[in-house]
Amino acid sequence: MRRRPLRLLATITLAAAAQSAAAEGIGDAARGADLFKGQCAGCHQIGNGAANRVGPRLTGVFGRRAGRVDGFAYSKAMARMGSDGLTWTLETLDPYVANPRALVSGTRMNYRGLPDATDRADLLAYLRDFSDQPGNIPEAEPTARKTDPDLDPAILAIQGDPDYGAYLSSECATCHQADGSDQGIPSITRWPPQDFVVAMHAYKQKLRPHPVMQMMAGRLSNDEIAALAAYFAMLD
Amino acid sequence: MILNRRHFIGTGLATGAVLAAPTVWGQAKPRVVVIGGGAGGATAARYLAKDSDGALNVTLVEANPVYTTCFFSNLHLGGIRAFDSLQHGYDRIGAGVTVVHDLATAVDRAARTVTLRGGQVLAYDRLVLSPGIDFKDGSVPGWTVEHAEVMPHAYKAGPQTQLLKAMVQAMPQGGTFAMIAPPNPYRCPPGPYERISMIAHLLKAGNPTAKILILDPKEKFSKQALFEEAWGKYYDGMVDWISPEFGGGAVEVRPDTMEVVIEGQAQKVDVCNVIPGQIAGKIAALAGVTDDSGWAPVDPATMQARADATVYVLGDSSAQGDMPKSGFSANSQAKVASMTIRGELLGSKVFAAKYSNTCWSLLAPDDAVKVGASYEPTPEKIASVESFISATGEDAALRKATYDESLGWYAGITADMFG
Repeated sequence: MRRRPLRLLATITLAAAAQSAAAEGIGDAARGADLFKGQCAGCHQIGNGAANRVGPRLTGVFGRRAGRVDGFAYSKAMARMGSDGLTWTLETLDPYVANPRALVSGTRMNYRGLPDATDRADLLAYLRDFSDQPGNIPEAEPTARKTDPDLDPAILAIQGDPDYGAYLSSECATCHQADGSDQGIPSITRWPPQDFVVAMHAYKQKLRPHPVMQMMAGRLSNDEIAALAAYFAMLD
Repeated sequence: MILNRRHFIGTGLATGAVLAAPTVWGQAKPRVVVIGGGAGGATAARYLAKDSDGALNVTLVEANPVYTTCFFSNLHLGGIRAFDSLQHGYDRIGAGVTVVHDLATAVDRAARTVTLRGGQVLAYDRLVLSPGIDFKDGSVPGWTVEHAEVMPHAYKAGPQTQLLKAMVQAMPQGGTFAMIAPPNPYRCPPGPYERISMIAHLLKAGNPTAKILILDPKEKFSKQALFEEAWGKYYDGMVDWISPEFGGGAVEVRPDTMEVVIEGQAQKVDVCNVIPGQIAGKIAALAGVTDDSGWAPVDPATMQARADATVYVLGDSSAQGDMPKSGFSANSQAKVASMTIRGELLGSKVFAAKYSNTCWSLLAPDDAVKVGASYEPTPEKIASVESFISATGEDAALRKATYDESLGWYAGITADMFG
C-alpha cells in the first residue's frame, strides 16, 4: 500500500515535465558555432572584444538597428534599410542569412546564403548567445520560438472549461482583481462570455492596442480564451 | 483521525518524532513548508491553500511580521508614496496557511525538515524556498554589509529605504549622491535607474544644484534609452552615468571618509548608495540547492530545484533562464510551482507552465514606462518568446495611463500575495 501512491507521484511528475516543455529553442548553438567558423568567421568576429573586419562585429546583433555598428562603413542600401527601421531579430536575420541580397538588394555582404533552414536556426542560436540576455535586459530579443496556437474557424462556438479557466486566471489575477474592483486596471469579472472572447481575440490580433494585453492574449489558444471567458463570467 | 496532527515539533522531541512520521497518504495531510513571505512565497502559500481546499498543511515561514515591498519602494524615495503604503501584514492570507514568524536556519533534505532559529523543527513533504537575495561578499571593495548604516544598499526594502531617504534629504546644497550600481544578474533590472529618477525628483525640489553620479559595471541596462531621455527632460545636468569604459566598473568605496575611488582618484560624496552583487537568499545555499553562481538552478517546467525534486525555488533565488528577478516573475513562478505541488501531492490536474513578467518604472510624477515579456519552458531554461517595451517620445496621456496601470498592478499583486 505504501508504494503505490509514491509510484503514482513519479508518473504525475514525468507527465507534467513532458507536457510542459512547450517552447522550442532557436537551434543547436554548438553546431552553429561550427557553421560560424566555416561560413562567417572569414569576415566577421563575435564575442567580447570582437572588432569590425571585412564585415561588422556581430556581438549584440540581436535587437540592433541595421547599419548601426560604430566605425563600420556600410553600403548605402544597408544604411537606408536601417533608417527605414530594419532591426535584426530572429525573423529578419533568418531571410538575410538565407539570401542577403533578397532582403537588402545593395548589400556589400558577398555571401551566397545558407539555404538549409536547420543550418540557419543553429547558426542564429549561436549568434543569439552574444547579444543581450533577457534575464538582465527584459526587453532583449526572445531566445526561443513561441508556440503558435491553432486557429479554429468556430471560435465563438467553443464551450470553455471553467476549471481550466480558473487555473489560467491566476495569471490574470496578478493585475486584475478577482473581486472585480477597478484601480487603474479594468475589471474583467462577469462579462458575457462572447464579449470576453471577442475582446481577447482583438488583443491577440493586435487590433486593440494595449501591449501587455496583446502579449497575454497572444499566447492563449482559442480553447484557453473560451475557458477564461467561462470562468470570469461566473465570478461573483 | 489525525487531520489536525501537529507539525510543529518542539526541539525536545524533534528527531524521533520526525523520523517516525513517514510520508504516507491517508495518514495525514501532506505538508508543504514555504520559506519567505514575499512575492514568491506568499503567493505560493496562498495558492496552495486556496486551491487545495484544506487538503494540504501549508506553513509559511517569514522572519518579519510586516512585509515591506521592494517594488514601489523607489516611489517612497521620490516622495510619491508613503512608507506605510508599502507594508503588508499576513492576517488576511487565509485560514489554510499557518504563518510562523521566525527565521529558517537549516534544511535537512535527507530528513525533510526545516529548523527555525527559535528551535522549532518543521517536517515537510514539499519545501518551497523563496528567500530573495543576499549580498555577495567582496563585490564592492571597501564595503561589507556592516557598512550599510553609512553607505546603505536599500535593496531590501524596510529601514534601509528610510535611511537612504533621510540621507538624501540631509544632503548639503549642491552635494553629491553616488550610486554604485550592481553587476548582472540582480533583483529588478530597471530598479537602480528608477531609483535615480526618484532621487533626482526629490532633489530637484529642495536641492536643485545637487549632483547624481552612477558608477556602473555594466555597459548597458534595461530601459536605458527611456531613462536617459527622462533624465535629460526632467533632471537636465543633474545625472551623470559612468560606464565601465570610463571607470564606473572598478570602484572602491571608503565608508570611513565617505569617498569613492574611481580609476585611482578619490572623490568625496555626501550620500553613497552601494548596491552590491547578489546571490540567492542564504537559506538556499544552506539547503544545498545553489551552484557556483550562488543561485539555485531549477527545472524550467516546474521550478523544482535541479538538486532535489522535493524542493522548489522561486523568484530572485532561482536560476531559471530568461526571466528577470522581479516580484512579478516570482508571483508568476509561484503559481506554476503550487500547481505542480498540488499535482504531486493530491493528484490534481497539471497544465503546461506559462510565465510572464512586466516591470513598470516611474520616471517623474505621472510619467511611467514598462517592459515585459512572456516566457515558456524549453528543456534547458525558461525562455523569452515575446517582449515589449515602452517607446521613447510617448505622449503624456499614455505615460499617465501607464502609471495608473502600475498602481492597479500594485493593488492586484499585493492582494494576490496577502489576500
